[in-house]
Amino acid sequence: MSYQPISFYQTGTFTVGNRLLAPDERSVQAQVKRYNSLNSGHRACQGCGEALGARYAIDAAMEAAHGQLIAANATGCLEVFSTPYPETSWQIPWVHSLFGNAAAVATGIAAALKVKGKHDVRVVAQGGDGGTTDIGFGCLSGMFERNDDVLYICYDNGGYMNTGIQRSSATPPAARTATTMAVGAEPGNPFGQGKFVPAIAMAHDIPYVATATVADLRDLEAKVLRAMEIRGARYIHILVPCPLGWGTASGDTIKMARLAKETGFFPVFEAEQGVVTGVLPIRKKLPVEEFLRPQKRYAHLFGKQPKVDVIAKLQALADRNIRKYGLLGEEH
Amino acid sequence: MLKQTEGSHAVAEAVALCRPEVVCAYPISPQTHIVEGVGELVKSGELRNCEFINVESEFAAMSVAIGSSAAGARTYTATASQGLLFMAEAVFNASGLGLPIVMTVANRAIGAPINIWNDHTDSLAMRDSGWLQLFAETNQEALDLHIQAFRLGEELSLPVMVCMDGFILTHAYERVDMPTQAQVDAYLPPYSPRQVLDPAEPVSIGAMVGPEAFMEVRYLAHAKQRQALERMPAYAAEFKSIFGRDSGGLLHSYRADDAETIVVAMGSVLGTIKDTVDEMRAAGDKIGVMGLTLFRPFPSAQVRDALQHAKRVVVLEKSFSIGAGGILATNVRTAISALPIDTYTVGAGLGGRAITKRSLHALFRGAIQGKLEFLTFLDLNREVVDKQLAREAQKRRSGPIAENLLRDVGVVAAKIV
Ligand SMILES: Cc1ncc(C[n+]2csc(CCOP(=O)(O)OP(=O)(O)O)c2C)c(N)n1
Ligand code: SF4
Ligand SMILES: [Mg+2]
Repeated sequence: MSYQPISFYQTGTFTVGNRLLAPDERSVQAQVKRYNSLNSGHRACQGCGEALGARYAIDAAMEAAHGQLIAANATGCLEVFSTPYPETSWQIPWVHSLFGNAAAVATGIAAALKVKGKHDVRVVAQGGDGGTTDIGFGCLSGMFERNDDVLYICYDNGGYMNTGIQRSSATPPAARTATTMAVGAEPGNPFGQGKFVPAIAMAHDIPYVATATVADLRDLEAKVLRAMEIRGARYIHILVPCPLGWGTASGDTIKMARLAKETGFFPVFEAEQGVVTGVLPIRKKLPVEEFLRPQKRYAHLFGKQPKVDVIAKLQALADRNIRKYGLLGEEH
Repeated sequence: MLKQTEGSHAVAEAVALCRPEVVCAYPISPQTHIVEGVGELVKSGELRNCEFINVESEFAAMSVAIGSSAAGARTYTATASQGLLFMAEAVFNASGLGLPIVMTVANRAIGAPINIWNDHTDSLAMRDSGWLQLFAETNQEALDLHIQAFRLGEELSLPVMVCMDGFILTHAYERVDMPTQAQVDAYLPPYSPRQVLDPAEPVSIGAMVGPEAFMEVRYLAHAKQRQALERMPAYAAEFKSIFGRDSGGLLHSYRADDAETIVVAMGSVLGTIKDTVDEMRAAGDKIGVMGLTLFRPFPSAQVRDALQHAKRVVVLEKSFSIGAGGILATNVRTAISALPIDTYTVGAGLGGRAITKRSLHALFRGAIQGKLEFLTFLDLNREVVDKQLAREAQKRRSGPIAENLLRDVGVVAAKIV
């Protein structure tokens, strides 16, 4: 038998290898019997964070629901790349209606299941940041407010990627998009705009809200599993780097997600009934520049004369996240 | 059972007898009493196995309906006017997905200027949405059409709008014959969906379809809708055998056999038209009526048969395609285009303007005497219109039209001539 070196830690990560864990502690994806809910063959770009996030999230939800799961999908990359007629990557019952109504469609499905007494069948809704924080926000807030029995998952890649990378209310400041061009006195997306929907979800006092990234997939799975233990409106907001929109290498998707988390640019936490109950602490705090520099959407900050003032403003946003959510682990 | 009740309440009771499983509600006049009625039946426990959901918009109402229908539940909602337009994207989507949702449209004008009164602009704006559209003449018919709508929609796997005139029907107290649960159960089998979101048999509904198959999908929608032309009369016949009365069908002719002039219309105004026709018949005029129940699909062949012996047809419609002309009239004209019949378009009752027998007498008389123009507006106040046109010609900043007109008219309440 040839020699196979065993790494206790995957290179550059803090994730302990599955093989060292007891079987029941292993990740859903590590199981041979994983559901492959979003099967291979779809048309996502190489290194698409959304495809990765959806695969882990929906398989975990399937695991929790013992295969009894229905998904409602908003229009967007995930919908388009997974169902090019006459093919579909979905191995679960799946419906796409419109861009802005996934939450409401899911409410309808949940109502139908309730009235038919199918309590074991669970419902997820999913959409991109545009479909969630902008056009679908009314339906989302309505679903939250009524505490409908739906897990809503937002795949946040910071823009309308499917239509060619336009700005959404989840596009971070200074980022270049097709509608926040890197020209003029203040290139990129303006500061002082945008919204962080996880915080707004918490303001609805719904039972469960969490954020996650595709860098910590065990954490993502655990949050989906936790969400599925609860009935009522639940919200998980996953940061999913988009190589095309961010201008990053396909092989760097997970690294970019990790940098977003380790810089505090994207806070990873969970909350129950409107109160933060835990954070995924920053292991080794890094300056935001490390997160920004590899992305072409921030290239205008790193010309011959780096825009130190803009970078400082972005650092201040990250620092505020760190303080607010206690990301260095000293609070909460 | 005979009872004296409000149109909205009669519809609410009829809908409840159809055993809907999910009902979505968002308020807009004049639809409110209908969903309130259904909601009360659910809350009191009279209507069991039904989820009544107070949503945050009409767009959500139709979207929730899409979800519940796709998950196999019999689904109902109601709206009107601005609400119907607010849900427009989902209205088209529901039919594209082939989901047999039943929706009452309590017909009301569309703003601006905002106006809560009755006309047919709202549902006719959705005429190309792929929904079947039935128009009720009376509260009894509105009640009956809802029961037929579930049957028809679920058979074809297409959504159905039951259109009833806002206020004129929805808020009118009239005698209706309310069916029994046993009658409705005998007529309407439980919903058996053609497609359903079911983990036991996973399917993808609403996938993206490109140019390679989109045309076929659209053609199939058309072909499916056209099947209603055979189903509606059959279901009306079956309805009669169980409920003992004529209701539904494609269209109804009244005193039209030997008529030289036939008036075509939809909805409650048919009552006033029939009264006028009775009086003109008594005076020796050869005039009759054709009331259209099914507007989508449009029963072209049956319309042609019903009108073929007429010399002239007067289409009186509570709708108007700005910049073009009549909507119902265009459909009627297309149906009889091969026949030598003069067809007149009359826009009437827009925004709730009362349609009186006196005005109808003058109108029909004008048509018979060959004095009617091919496109007219019943009781249009020409003076006010001319004044505003002059004002606009004179002055660039002529001000908001609605305010100017109200000032010229001199009253704010609805004016009955
Ligand atoms: C009502 C409506 N407006 C606009 C669009 C066009 N559209 C389709 S997908 C999309 C972008 C989706 O962005 P997001 O929700 O962030 O998902 P992503 O593609 O980034 O994953 C847009 C603008 C649409 N389909 N429907
Ligand atoms: S554009 Fe971005 S989100 Fe869309 S498929 Fe490509 S990588 Fe994924
Ligand atoms: Mg996006």
